[in-house]
Amino acid sequence: MSKQINVALIGNPNTGKTSVFNALTGLNQKVGNYPGITVDKKEGICKLSRGVKAHIIDLPGTYSLNASSLDENVVIELLLNKNDKDYPDVAVVVTDVENLKRNLLLFTQIKDLKIPSILVINMADRMQRKGISLDIALLEQELNTKIALISTRKGEGVDKLRELIENYRTLSTEPCLDTSTIDTAYFERLQKAFPNQELYKLWLVICQDVNFNTIDKKEVDVSAFKTKSSSELKRLQQKETIKRYQFINNVLKQGQTIDSSKATDLRSRLDRILTHKVYGYLIFFAILLLIFQAIYDWASIPMDFIDATFASLADWVKDTLPAGAFTNLLAEGIVSGIGGVVIFIPQIAFLFLFISILEESGYMSRVVFLMDRIMRRFGLSGKSVVPLISGTACAIPAVMAARNIESWKERLITILVTPFTTCSARLPVYLIIIALVIPEGSFFGFSYQALTLMLLYVIGFGSAVFAAFILDRALKTNRKTFFVIEMPSYKIPLAKNVGLTVLEKTKTFVFEAGKIILAISIILWVMASYGPGDDFNNAESIVKTEYPSLTEIELDDKVAAHKLEHSYIGIVGKAIEPAIEPLGYDWKIGIGLVTSFAAREVFVGTLATIYSVGSASDNEDEDTIKARMAAETYSDGSKVFTLASGISLLLFYAFAMQCMSTLAIVKRETNSWKWPVIQLIGMSAIAYIAALIAFQFLK
Amino acid sequence: MHSSIADLKKGERGIITDSSSDAIPLKLLEMGCLPGNEVQLLQVAPFSDPLYLNINGSYLAIRKETAALILIDKIDE
Repeated sequence: MSKQINVALIGNPNTGKTSVFNALTGLNQKVGNYPGITVDKKEGICKLSRGVKAHIIDLPGTYSLNASSLDENVVIELLLNKNDKDYPDVAVVVTDVENLKRNLLLFTQIKDLKIPSILVINMADRMQRKGISLDIALLEQELNTKIALISTRKGEGVDKLRELIENYRTLSTEPCLDTSTIDTAYFERLQKAFPNQELYKLWLVICQDVNFNTIDKKEVDVSAFKTKSSSELKRLQQKETIKRYQFINNVLKQGQTIDSSKATDLRSRLDRILTHKVYGYLIFFAILLLIFQAIYDWASIPMDFIDATFASLADWVKDTLPAGAFTNLLAEGIVSGIGGVVIFIPQIAFLFLFISILEESGYMSRVVFLMDRIMRRFGLSGKSVVPLISGTACAIPAVMAARNIESWKERLITILVTPFTTCSARLPVYLIIIALVIPEGSFFGFSYQALTLMLLYVIGFGSAVFAAFILDRALKTNRKTFFVIEMPSYKIPLAKNVGLTVLEKTKTFVFEAGKIILAISIILWVMASYGPGDDFNNAESIVKTEYPSLTEIELDDKVAAHKLEHSYIGIVGKAIEPAIEPLGYDWKIGIGLVTSFAAREVFVGTLATIYSVGSASDNEDEDTIKARMAAETYSDGSKVFTLASGISLLLFYAFAMQCMSTLAIVKRETNSWKWPVIQLIGMSAIAYIAALIAFQFLK
Repeated sequence: MHSSIADLKKGERGIITDSSSDAIPLKLLEMGCLPGNEVQLLQVAPFSDPLYLNINGSYLAIRKETAALILIDKIDE
């Protein structure tokens, strides 16, 4: 086996660290989770010369080794634990040439842990435009390291970095700062107590608890040294930071010259428009409309195609394979189940495409800046905008995106209200119900159907903000809030980065949701295809005696319907029918509602499964799910899906908390069952009441 | 006369004199909000909060309540 070099990519947010990761690994990367927490763990393999490989971890972006969030803490946990299998042989610290001074702070900290470190100065292509020139040889000497000047945009310098990684053994591990100078007496005592440990490492372990409370598996027990109060420790940390900046300023005074007369000022010109009190909002809403248009309109073309393809695939399976239970399971359970997942791909891809472009370009920070004051009125933070927009794709990453909100109360409220926003799992339900019950026709050039969908988005966003307002008043805390956001420079997004994000997010979503949907489809099919007792097993003779004069096709349909009603799933549906009848639903829709509590997107698939099991005829027109639903009638011949029951269903799905995965994530992120339970009960109660009022009013 | 970042007008500069309040997050100090460093107010968001600053070469936005804790000497131009 060839030797692998463990490489950790570390850097501040917005330094293009992920671009460097992508440049090194290409498609040789995978995303997992750190055990026990929901922080994405990105790993990849980079081939070096002579069969040597580098195993590269892209660590979450952090401003320093003093963690203030779960993501940042991952970095410290790894760097403090020499026994971790991913403990780096070499750290690659990525910096942005425009923010070298601030970015070097983290570099000096890592260097002080005596980890061999390479300094990557990224975005070198911007140097000329910003009037920056660097004396690389001098910087290498002063910082005691090797430097790779990189432009991922132009693909320059990556080979040099590979070479440096391969020769990591020649790197100096000399620290930048003598830690003990922060407070000589205190650090001397500390070193005496733990003579075998790195002083700086001890200091980090002591400080970690001040900012962040969850470290458990410590190599060294420093609790005896918590002799200082947290405000004293903070003062020492401030002193340390000042000392680091003194060091960095000295280094840069010689190694860096900035001729600001050469700098073109794109930033301030764009900022003047994008954060303007009128144009700023107009542009933001125009972008939201564009996103909306893409999800609704453009995505529908591939989605219709996928829908039709899976419908004919199911027929093909039925026609080709020998008839029997297995073929039925395949055609009615599995194929329609998978179809229900695949149909999401266009929308998810579009959403993540837009979100990653907004993030990469630096625009998202301006939105945060623009919205903070308004959002704060509702107990949210400007940073809640990102989760609320991401929530239109999927609440799961959105809840996780709330992590960089510093204030706990604002973060909690954001997490609690995010599931109100219209996630893409609601879309298939909305689209199909709208197509069934909302008449065609238009109003000032906008079709009624599109307007209804837009209204549902407004309801989703409005109820999120309204719920936040209520929660803000209901929750009491005296913790001080604070808010810091970096305003990165504007960049044209790199196609490779955007593409990889879209690919990776879509893949995760499809596989995660896919597992649940597939499992439920199979369970459903089994429950719909078997039943207890005479009513199910002797369906044919029962129906024959009841209706002696039917044609063969009519008879088959009646038998199938009778069987479904007395199958296991039919029994469940019948049992809950009294509770949902006032909302305008029959027991079949009831089954859809029940299974939707696992994941909303299951609804359409469930109805597809139930209706295809429940009809024996092979009528060509009825092959799409929509056609089957439109044909559904009560025993008296009236339609199941009317305007009243349709609106009621739409409202139910707009409000109800029907997603196990989101509940699980909320539990993890809030570290308590209390909040997900409140979400589940509260949102479902609102859904029931809204649907009830709508149906009773419209019927 | 002591003033804070919150007293700056758009485009004005100052030198930080004190940022030791416990209510100032460490993260802000690490981003360069330290005594001796220069700060410039670049933009004010609608409803006059938050403030968009250039501190020591770093571009960042903070809320007015935090800005009021960071003391400065104004630079007259």
